[in-house]
Amino acid sequence: MAQGLGRRKFLIYGSAGLGTSLLLKACGGSPTSGGGGDIIKVGILHSYSGTLAISERTVVDAEMLAIQEINAAGGVLGKQIEVVQEDGSSDWPTFAEKAEKLIEKDQVVTIFGCWTSASRKAVKDVFESKNHMLWYPVQYEGQECSKNIFYTGATPNQQIEPAVDWLLANKGKEFFLVGSDYVFPRTANTIIKEQLKAKGGTTVGEDYLPLGNIEVTGIISKIKGALPNGGVIFNSLNGDSNAAFFKQLKSSGLTPDKYPTMSVSIAEEEVRQIGKDFLVGHYAAWNYFQTVDTPQNKEWVKRFKAEYGEDRVTNDPMEAAYIMVYLWKQAVEKAGTAEDLEKVRMAAIGQSFDAPEGKVTMKANHHITKTVRIGKVRDDGLFDIVWSTDGPLEPEPWNQYVPATKGYGCDWSDPSKGGKYKI
Amino acid sequence: MLELLIAIFNGISIGSVLLMAALGLAIVFGLMGVINLAHGELMMLGAYTTFVVQNVLKGWGDSWFEVYIFLALPAAFLVAALAGLILEKGVIRYLYGRPLETLLATWGVSLILRQFVRSVNGAMAMGIGVFCCLFFGGLFLLRRRRNWERIKKWAIPTIGSLSLAMAIFKILLLVNLGNKALTKPWFSARNVDVTAPVWLQGGLPLGDFQIPSARIFIIILTLLCLIGTYWFLHRSQWGLRIRAVTQNRTMSACLGVRTSQVDGLTFALGSGLAGIAGCAVTLLGSVGPNTGQNYIVDTFIVVVVGGVGNLLGTIVAAMGIGTLDYLIGSKTLVPMLVGVEPWESFFDFFGTTSMSKVIVFALIIAFLQIKPAGMFPQKGRTSEL
Repeated sequence: MAQGLGRRKFLIYGSAGLGTSLLLKACGGSPTSGGGGDIIKVGILHSYSGTLAISERTVVDAEMLAIQEINAAGGVLGKQIEVVQEDGSSDWPTFAEKAEKLIEKDQVVTIFGCWTSASRKAVKDVFESKNHMLWYPVQYEGQECSKNIFYTGATPNQQIEPAVDWLLANKGKEFFLVGSDYVFPRTANTIIKEQLKAKGGTTVGEDYLPLGNIEVTGIISKIKGALPNGGVIFNSLNGDSNAAFFKQLKSSGLTPDKYPTMSVSIAEEEVRQIGKDFLVGHYAAWNYFQTVDTPQNKEWVKRFKAEYGEDRVTNDPMEAAYIMVYLWKQAVEKAGTAEDLEKVRMAAIGQSFDAPEGKVTMKANHHITKTVRIGKVRDDGLFDIVWSTDGPLEPEPWNQYVPATKGYGCDWSDPSKGGKYKI
Repeated sequence: MLELLIAIFNGISIGSVLLMAALGLAIVFGLMGVINLAHGELMMLGAYTTFVVQNVLKGWGDSWFEVYIFLALPAAFLVAALAGLILEKGVIRYLYGRPLETLLATWGVSLILRQFVRSVNGAMAMGIGVFCCLFFGGLFLLRRRRNWERIKKWAIPTIGSLSLAMAIFKILLLVNLGNKALTKPWFSARNVDVTAPVWLQGGLPLGDFQIPSARIFIIILTLLCLIGTYWFLHRSQWGLRIRAVTQNRTMSACLGVRTSQVDGLTFALGSGLAGIAGCAVTLLGSVGPNTGQNYIVDTFIVVVVGGVGNLLGTIVAAMGIGTLDYLIGSKTLVPMLVGVEPWESFFDFFGTTSMSKVIVFALIIAFLQIKPAGMFPQKGRTSEL
């Protein structure tokens, strides 16, 4: 017996010792980056976990790529950028808490982050009360203009409004609006309804699905009832509902030649997840598609695939995220400092960048000019660009179709005007 | 007339999806009284099995791909049933008669399963394999020692932590080797694409309308599952034992029924049905780690409204809720009520998919106030779990 125990003890201690040492080796393997020379600390605040992680991680990839490129080219003001990453966990209070942590504890000079409007609204107060700086990369519903936020995604007049105009001119006057039940689709549909009223179109119906709901039978019979001979469907669904919507649209015989659908939340990645068979022939409106034909874009797609793998695709929010890192870098270089945020903010206005989508310029309202494109899903799941504006469009954060904000503008270069003034 | 027929068909098709999803739960929750919050995740496992089967068959050629669903259905049943069996043997059997703990434990299991499909990769699967081999192999060997009863108190934790350390070591080793094929997630957190074959994508034209073939397929599948379950519960030897244990566990045990075996089988059956439901819903919606979450609330509502422990109630409740949801959400009732204020504007206001849910839930709450035990409550001696 004693011998058995001894052997067992030997085994236990032996393997425990072996395991611990290997664990220590494995964990201690990561080298400490930076070190030596000056560094500039920036924060990245996105959801690395939770339902939005799928989308937000792709944006992080684009931001990290830009930072790597800048560091490889010598950094900003001769200093290397060090990134502090925080997880917003798809939870709005966590976003606010982590933003505060990045500003107070890590002393970062700027933060790149957020995805949903809800998360942006949650951190807006933090950035305003601490007079700090956030860069936000996603198209959104507008109706906001903060001194402390730079927006590099589209405002409604740079995505939704041109799409509606294009549909009116090319696809028909009768619109059915479908959306998920939260702030972005509801605001977007308010704008579309006002726009249709002003331009001679009609809204024949609208319907909202709770986020994540996949039962769309009711919506499809409503569309058939309201548009018996075909018409335009404007889709601002988000997330899982999209797959259900397009699968059941096809099986109910609503084909894109009679019922063309314009989506504002479906990009290359979503096409892949839903299954391209169900989307071929439908439309999407964005500022950037992977198929945009500019030398900058070809170069960017190549670099992105080299870094993250051949099977990855690039999309609009990722491109906007890539742009904003470079715009921040240019602003810091013009200001000659990264720490004096007042100077960086003023220097950012007027900065231009040759982005993959074409030239973009930061305007005094903290939004950027953007080219608008309409793409048609083709057989390989990427988009055929069927229409685009001649050049970049000016951003309008306060919507000019909504009565409450009509006639208002935003100008942070002039202290007497500020976030919301009568034009 | 045609419109009415279409409305009835649509109501039934929504109801049959609900019923399909709730059938497994009607057995697990209804017969066994286990509040299984991981039910949705068992559906998700079924959906992912479909994804795997489909991709395997894609490699075999087009004619195989056309019929993948007939292979995916039994595969989904088996995978989900196996997962259910492990869940029952590993967790739930220690928690019978403690509903609150069951609820929390199965909620935890659902989180684990969701994270599992997000992050599982070659290295992790091998690590789990190593752990199982070492731990269960070790237990098997130690059990044969004569002094097992004496040493088991410290032997189980020791061997458990040793196997765990070895498994983690193995994973770290594989990750450090930097082999991309091993560290690449199999499914990742993204949704995966399950595209039905062409004959399930289209529909049958009927006048101006088109009846989706996927819906017809699901209705038939639901019917077959119902018949199969009914036959199993009421005509087979095992069904008899299941019903006996449900009605009186102690008496059944005295009469020689192995209740623990029956519990495992019942749970596996319910889980397997969830797997089939998961396979079916890939025809309608997306497949991702959160797929199960889209159904879990609805399935519990169906079972509760129908009356716990009653298949007929589940059927009636699913069809009723489905039809009601459709009639209100699609504004089918509005044209019939033109001029009948305030009902016309009432149904017009609630005539969106998200608002119709509000009405349906309100009606369910009102209904449960009148009949707290559901439509068809079990009379007499109830299950004593």
